[in-house]
Amino acid sequence: MTKKKDLIFALVLLAAAVCLVAVLDRILPQTGIVMTVLKKGCIYSLVAVSMNLLNGFTGLFSLGQAGFMLIGGYTYAILTIPAADRASVYQYFDGGIVQFSIPFWAGLVCAGIVSAAFAWLIGLPVLRLKSDYLAIATLGFAEIVRAFFQWDTLGPLTNGSNMLRKYPSFTTLMFPFVVAAICIALIVLLINSSFGRAFKAIRDDEVAAEAMGINLAHHKRMSFCISSFFAGVGGALLAMYQTTIQAQAFKSNMTYEILLIVVIGGLGSVTGSVLATFLFYAASEWWLRFLDSPLMIGDWQVPLLRSGFRKVVFSVVIMLIVLFARQGIMGDHEISLSGLMKLFRRKRKEASANEQV
Amino acid sequence: MSKSDANVLRLEHITMQFGGVVAVNDFSMEVNQGEIVALIGPNGAGKTTAFNVITGVYEPTNGIVYFNGKPIVENYPRGKMKKLYQGDSALIYDKVLSQTPDKITKLGIARTFQNIRLFRKMTVFENVLIARHLRSRANFMSATLRLNAAEERANREKTLELLKLVGLDANKDDLATSLPYGKQRRLEIARALATEPTLLLLDEPAAGMNPQETLDLAGFIREIKDRFQLTIFVIEHHMDLVMEISDRIYVLDFGRMIASGTPIEIQTNQHVIDAYLGVQED
Ligand SMILES: Nc1ncnc2c1ncn2[C@@H]1O[C@H](COP(=O)(O)OP(=O)(O)OP(=O)(O)O)[C@@H](O)[C@H]1O
Ligand SMILES: [Mg+2]
Repeated sequence: MTKKKDLIFALVLLAAAVCLVAVLDRILPQTGIVMTVLKKGCIYSLVAVSMNLLNGFTGLFSLGQAGFMLIGGYTYAILTIPAADRASVYQYFDGGIVQFSIPFWAGLVCAGIVSAAFAWLIGLPVLRLKSDYLAIATLGFAEIVRAFFQWDTLGPLTNGSNMLRKYPSFTTLMFPFVVAAICIALIVLLINSSFGRAFKAIRDDEVAAEAMGINLAHHKRMSFCISSFFAGVGGALLAMYQTTIQAQAFKSNMTYEILLIVVIGGLGSVTGSVLATFLFYAASEWWLRFLDSPLMIGDWQVPLLRSGFRKVVFSVVIMLIVLFARQGIMGDHEISLSGLMKLFRRKRKEASANEQV
Repeated sequence: MSKSDANVLRLEHITMQFGGVVAVNDFSMEVNQGEIVALIGPNGAGKTTAFNVITGVYEPTNGIVYFNGKPIVENYPRGKMKKLYQGDSALIYDKVLSQTPDKITKLGIARTFQNIRLFRKMTVFENVLIARHLRSRANFMSATLRLNAAEERANREKTLELLKLVGLDANKDDLATSLPYGKQRRLEIARALATEPTLLLLDEPAAGMNPQETLDLAGFIREIKDRFQLTIFVIEHHMDLVMEISDRIYVLDFGRMIASGTPIEIQTNQHVIDAYLGVQED
């Protein structure tokens, strides 16, 4: 009963969001600050949710997200640059070795598949490691991937350390919104399926999960590959958004940022991750922007406000959150109609209890 | 041995050595179809270790485990253990067979844990539902796209049925760890039953239960045994319970089997009284 209501509520909310996005696409300048926040929000929401699938729902502490985004972004770019433009993009490599081009949607799917294939390969040795070691190994993997894609010998494929460009990109907010929404919906469906339950069982107690017949190696690998698939799609979206892509930008900083978002949103909460992503980019790109520009009130210059101060304040805010709200915004709960109703009812009960006293 | 065909479970010369500690030493035993067999012994005797060998958590240093006449675990001292080996068994097996616990559970051996291991962040209902996953035929794609809805529904019904059986249907939406101790133990049994075992291993099911709950447990174990046609192998410290429900008893002390037989034989066995029962009466 409540489940059906929750689903209807979610669908209504989604429909409203689609309408809102369509309106925003018309009235806001596409390169304005709000659009930047919203587009980045969509893209990184997907990446954050994919990381949460692994870290929050399966309990595997992996830090390879930037690496898989890079693989996805490059796969997309390499496969979709129009054949006619290859000569100019790959000018140092005689036009490169890939001489065909596939449509953008196929590029997005391939981005996910190639990413997942890499995950499958490194999953064999890496997933045997426990917690911290897994984190170190995946972080190392991401760094290796970054170096590998800049390697000159691979130039005909990756353009070496030069950037890739001229592949199809998007201009509207609707595009990243729809792609991210579909992907996140699929992840939510997975999490609530019997496989999602198995992932959660592994997170809660590996020994018991195995004793209940859950094949640890198989399920961990599956979670790892699926997470990487969506990180790859996210990387492709990022490449589209930036209109150019260069391997050196995918530093481990990127992974830490996503990890931070996941922690702020709450490990094990999809809605938390999405909410935290938008808040994170709104704060860092928009609300705290004023901290970076010197401000004069009459003759008096407000102290501290200068370029770079934003980062300081931002870091302090993050530290406070991590110190005092370790569960993140949502803990491992989700925003749902029944959840809101419960909250509302409790508030009302409290209110009426107060009245009676 | 024609009799071995009736054995649901048979251990032969099982030795489990951790470094220099011989936790189980040359232990051979069998459990027949439809029996309730108890394994008793003082703390640290190696009982839980024996369970862990049977269920694939540990690879034994030496010995073989048969389930329904087929070997499921087999090993001989190798590598470092060749030198360190302190077991008695002269029998050297030349085959290595080890399977992960999930494979062994799939064969039809389910267990509960001495120190309760429930899925903490999940409800009572989900805890049992998870144990249905191994019998599911869906893959992750069909499960995501809800193509296995019929199977899911059947699993949910079965889960509810099991919860009713153990008397936890009223608690089904509670967090598993919010239950009192006795109910958590029952939930572990329900979860084990959901894997559809033919052999059930219970590790101290009465630990932490009050006298009334312990009394109920005896009836409950018999009930599930008849209902699901189980064979039961149980580790327990409550002697009243052990003597009441077991058909036969094995006694371990410092990893060695010091006695085996019917409850009456065990109660009168001098070794057992010395090693175990005597100690308790002090
Ligand atoms: N993984 C391990 N590594 C090293 N030693 C172990 C390990 N597991 C068990 N032991 C040792 O094996 C011995 C037997 O332990 P076990 O847990 O099997 O005893 P038990 O009979 O179940 O006792 P209890 O009644 O206290 O549950 C103990 O000395 C224990 O320290
Ligand atoms: Mg024990």
